[in-house]
Amino acid sequence: MTDIMHSLADIVGEDYVSSQPEEIYFYARDPGLMPPHEPDYVVVPSTVEEIQEIVRLANREKTPVVPMGAGLALTGLIIPLKGGIVIDMKRMNRILEVNEGARYAIVEGGTSQGQLSAYLEKNYPRLRHSIPDAPPTATIAANVTIHGQGRLTQQRGFNSDMVGGLEVVLPSGEVCKIGSCALSFGWFSKGPPLPDLSGLFLGWFGATGIITKLAVKLYPRKKFRDVEIFVTDRGELVPDIVYEITHTEMAEDVLIFTQPMPLMFRDNHHVSFYITGDTDEELEFKRKLIWKALDRFIKAKDGGFMGIPPAMKPTLLEMPQRSASRLADVKRGGGFEYSGPIIMVEKYPECSEKLKELASQYGLAYSGMVRVIDGGHSMMFAFAFAFNRSDPDMMENTRKALKEVSDFVLKVGGVYWKPTVEEQRMALENMDPNTRKLMKMIKENLDPNGIMNPGNWEFIS
Amino acid sequence: MYELKFDGSLCQTCPTADCLVKCQYMDLEKDEAKKQMVNIWEGKDSFVFEGCVTCYACEEYCRRGNHPFYLITEKREEKGLLTAPRAITKQWINIGEPQGKFKVGKPGERVLSFGFMPEFFKMAKGRLFQKAMPSFIFGQEFFCNVVYIHFANTSIIKKRLPMIMENFRKLGVKEVVCLHDECYGSFAHLAPAYGIEVPFKPIHYFEFLYERLKELRNDIKPLNFKVAYQRPCSSRLSPDKHRLVRDIMDLIGVRLVEREYQDENALCCGGIYAMCFGYDLANDVQRRNMDDMAKHGAEYCVFNCPACQGTLGEKVAKMGIKPIHMIELCRMAIGEA
Repeated sequence: MTDIMHSLADIVGEDYVSSQPEEIYFYARDPGLMPPHEPDYVVVPSTVEEIQEIVRLANREKTPVVPMGAGLALTGLIIPLKGGIVIDMKRMNRILEVNEGARYAIVEGGTSQGQLSAYLEKNYPRLRHSIPDAPPTATIAANVTIHGQGRLTQQRGFNSDMVGGLEVVLPSGEVCKIGSCALSFGWFSKGPPLPDLSGLFLGWFGATGIITKLAVKLYPRKKFRDVEIFVTDRGELVPDIVYEITHTEMAEDVLIFTQPMPLMFRDNHHVSFYITGDTDEELEFKRKLIWKALDRFIKAKDGGFMGIPPAMKPTLLEMPQRSASRLADVKRGGGFEYSGPIIMVEKYPECSEKLKELASQYGLAYSGMVRVIDGGHSMMFAFAFAFNRSDPDMMENTRKALKEVSDFVLKVGGVYWKPTVEEQRMALENMDPNTRKLMKMIKENLDPNGIMNPGNWEFIS
Repeated sequence: MYELKFDGSLCQTCPTADCLVKCQYMDLEKDEAKKQMVNIWEGKDSFVFEGCVTCYACEEYCRRGNHPFYLITEKREEKGLLTAPRAITKQWINIGEPQGKFKVGKPGERVLSFGFMPEFFKMAKGRLFQKAMPSFIFGQEFFCNVVYIHFANTSIIKKRLPMIMENFRKLGVKEVVCLHDECYGSFAHLAPAYGIEVPFKPIHYFEFLYERLKELRNDIKPLNFKVAYQRPCSSRLSPDKHRLVRDIMDLIGVRLVEREYQDENALCCGGIYAMCFGYDLANDVQRRNMDDMAKHGAEYCVFNCPACQGTLGEKVAKMGIKPIHMIELCRMAIGEA
């Protein structure tokens, strides 16, 4: 047993550290297309103090530390690119507090989306959080670290906008509170009215610290929820349609999809919106306002509401939605990856055309999946491709298509979401030089030994 | 090429012009109605193209065996006048495209047609269907395609329906019991109107139910419900079978409430209206229809068409009226549901 292994076992106990090949194999990869890289150790701590000790050890040994939630980002963000220690957060999964009046929950850094939603449903049925359309094992902390989106994103912004405070283990091993909780017993704000330091950690993929606790803002959970789908064959009208829907301020969530299969979806763009209400009257009021807002498209025969078969509704209403996982297996072999840049809504037509062009060029099964963000200020456009993992040519073609997406995103003024290492490099190369300089200063000051998830947001001088 | 059998001289000499005079969505006097139908026949413009909401009712109102609605549909298509948004039409055409995913049970000389309605898999069971199952067919390959007249698209029907007939011919069936009355309307009414040969005898499922219930007469326990019947658009293509609604209700001891919007005056479920024309028309029609059911004390709303039930079922349920399909109602009467 190495010295580091001994030290890790001393910190977390022998049962919670491993360098065995079967664990190393598993923690070397994520479900996406990025090549694997093995860690040296995997450790599963259960307390903040243990994490502090691990980070201090890593500093002494100048060995990398990679914090990991459920590892579902698909873009390789938890692959230990330079080896070292993977810290699996899953044992830190307690829901510590729910403040019903102030509508927030404080959870540990390894708490999953599914745990919190089940807990709220049972104990606080009038409250909910913004559930991403990821498997329920996805962790809340990792999701905000990548600026994930969820079911309340259209109304409230990125899930990271819905954070009420953080507790972070810094690269030095110190514990730091971020937001109102730095000064108050209340975790009601991640920044204001203080300087908002949450930006030092959110979006950094663990390269500046490890989130050990966070407050998630909660919102009213209405008794009824329904979905409608507006269909158009003209992609160039989608921005106008989204504008009209968001203008009503009646929709909870607005999603768009375009894909050739099943056949009923071919050649059309589907703008689905969700409405909620505590009474039928409230629900109908919202429905009516949105329908009326889209009347001009119906009259011009440019779009209409599809009749949703009753059998389809439960699928559309489930949270998280599992429909994406169906795409993952259309080519058999369970391969699925997407690039989901954040773009302005006006760029939807160009993106959907590009998606079709790439799918045709590389012979790939595809889906364009979109979530409108924050009332239409932007949208996440997922260029999603399915591939067979046992078909190397298909995988290579998917990589090529995604590389072209990376180039295309910058041309249309988009910003990468949960970028791969290569996309991070492209983002740094193309961004304002002084912004890059500021990011570099932050990273070097917080993590002078470069131990935190190295390879990510790495600045090559 | 299949062409509509339409005789314009019948319109010119029509004593009533009921096709348009009775229309619930346009207000026309007899002379104006005749003039508009002749205009349409002659290929001229008509405000009817704008006002027609595709309820099919004029096919029933015409007592001279002409096909006013099919003519309107044909001419709309010729003129490129869309009823539905393009995307909706595309979607429906795609939905009906044969994809090799059909299902065939063990077809005998008489086969049950589920059309393209998966709901019938759950309904076609028990003693009512004991003698018929598992002789069934399901899927786009046997889909009647009549729905496209809502979308002013008869060319897709004329293209697909002969292929559907060929699929039936290959099965060698002699009688097809259509559980969706749209299919019956297509095979018994629309296909002959276009000269498309139907290689089997279509049987409306109301006839099938009625005959079967008579056989099971001793098992029937009168339900004593007050019900409203939601007549679907497609029933206008087989008005001679509509009387069976009352016959079946009488047999199972169900009282049909005498309400305003029934029989010839029935209102659409609104599903197609929502897709084609938006909120106001669909909501107005649904509201009037459901209020009428409630006002007359209906305890159940009996559906003939699963698509109508999908559109209106939840809405009537919220008003305290239980939605039920005719088949389920009959099964209930023999103690099965």
